[in-house]
Amino acid sequence: MWSPEYESMSRQRLEDLQLKRLKATVERVYQHVPFYREKMKKQGIKPEDLQSLSDLKYFPFTTKDDLRENYPFGLFAVGMDDVVRIHASSGTTGRMTVVGYTKNDINIWSEVMARSISSAGGGPRDRIQVSYGYGLFTGGLGVHYGAELLGAMVVPVSGGNTKRQIQVMQDFGITILACTPSYALYMAETAAEMGVDLRTLPLKIGIFGAEPWTEQMRREIETKMGIKAYDIYGLSEIIGPGVAIECQEQNGLHINEDHFLTEIIDPQSGEVLPYGEKGELVFTTLTKEAFPLIRYRTRDLSLLYPEACVCGRTFARMHRILGRTDDMLIIRGVNVFPSQIESVLLENGDVSPHYQLVVDRKDNLDDLEVWVEVSEAMFASEVRKLEQLNKNIKQKIESTLGINVRVKLVEPKTIQRSEGKAKRVIDRRELYQN
Amino acid sequence: MKVKQISVFLENKSGRLAKVTRILGDNRINIRALSIADTTDYGILRLIVSEPAKALSVLKAEGFTVRETEVIAVEVPDQPGGLAGVLEEIQAKGVNIEYMYAFVGKSLENAIVIFRVEEIDQAIALLKNTQVKLLPEERVYSL
Repeated sequence: MWSPEYESMSRQRLEDLQLKRLKATVERVYQHVPFYREKMKKQGIKPEDLQSLSDLKYFPFTTKDDLRENYPFGLFAVGMDDVVRIHASSGTTGRMTVVGYTKNDINIWSEVMARSISSAGGGPRDRIQVSYGYGLFTGGLGVHYGAELLGAMVVPVSGGNTKRQIQVMQDFGITILACTPSYALYMAETAAEMGVDLRTLPLKIGIFGAEPWTEQMRREIETKMGIKAYDIYGLSEIIGPGVAIECQEQNGLHINEDHFLTEIIDPQSGEVLPYGEKGELVFTTLTKEAFPLIRYRTRDLSLLYPEACVCGRTFARMHRILGRTDDMLIIRGVNVFPSQIESVLLENGDVSPHYQLVVDRKDNLDDLEVWVEVSEAMFASEVRKLEQLNKNIKQKIESTLGINVRVKLVEPKTIQRSEGKAKRVIDRRELYQN
Repeated sequence: MKVKQISVFLENKSGRLAKVTRILGDNRINIRALSIADTTDYGILRLIVSEPAKALSVLKAEGFTVRETEVIAVEVPDQPGGLAGVLEEIQAKGVNIEYMYAFVGKSLENAIVIFRVEEIDQAIALLKNTQVKLLPEERVYSL
């Protein structure tokens, strides 16, 4: 355990600490962020109304839309001079979701990530290959800083160039691999093609996240790589990777509750649900300075179990993600909303675009095909023009999403409609299990 | 001199072409000429029919993506080198051809070839007073 004084503290002491930190956070955003102040005023509530942790339910939620409307820095609670880092993720309609960190925020992030690697069995003598992307995406740098704080040897390979990844793993004596689970599977396959048996290497631990995966995938990765694979959870809005991770038991992800207060709500009514019931994960940051969030709706479905764990950690566990409340897809680690495709088609002059996203996993890589019904306005009798149309749509979608797609032009009414509403997504990957 | 061609978007699925022709047949519309351009995923069916406006509306009603496209119909001497002579003249006038196809054979002294050209109005003007004989649309539909 990296920080036993926190990770195994009694629930009572933890709750006292959470309340103290929560009060300070609420007070701070009320003072420094007009958005929160106005929202609380509208709701007729003040920071001093928060007397116990359960009073949090009277405070308003924060949504991804709120983040977008306050683009880029509107929700920051410190002066820009105190911000030392910016990260961002793609949003629903082109605008990025921007987050900021003070020096202290980076320290907290490193702390929760060091705990996470430690929870997966890593320590100062390990050699970590970070194959998450580095850049605006939080994956790469998040794991990187945590591993350095832990005292491990970090190899910041970032994503891509899979053969080199295998080379590095083999030649540098890598013991821990951090990447998305689908990329891990792809690496295993590439290694096999190269004649490298990963099971004979020093590699023993995998820290995988940034996309949903199944128990079956875990077993497959563990068998092919000869490792134990751990599910890690995080989102840039809250801090990045390190919000929660499994321990050796691989039975639920311990949430770093001294930094992140967690609620499960009914996504329809917004009501807080008791432990053990499935609903939407809602986080409130307790210590973040630059970008604190009050009751942020993640749209991720899960459930919480607070029972003590045999590993000794007292932090409550969340179930691996059970689904989404919206139609967001994660394709090759990138968040994709069907509405992004729609806006591309609208820009292309299609007045009421009918389209469908067909997602599959081929050779362990996510594959996105966009079917577009050809309307009269788009149609031409020349093959050349239709091919140009196809290419235009493809390029625009690719520059919007940042991932490769195939565009297929189809006849009207090809796309399945249920109760008049088109089914926008066919996901054949079956990533969520209940 | 402009002739109305009916263009239909077809996915590469079995039975689509049969469906289009059946709809036209049931509506007593006669097909005068046709061609299909095909790609991996889809094809474009181009038709010259006896009643283009009616064909357009019945195919639309059946849910097809269909459009009217303006083309020209050229009489080509039915003899060796006949088409070459026409194409040379068209080229000499600087008219660009997008695609072309021949009429279903009828016992006429000349063959009929349909051309889809860029800038159709300009092309018609350029081909006036040349050896290239354009057919008026009514004649084409009733051939």
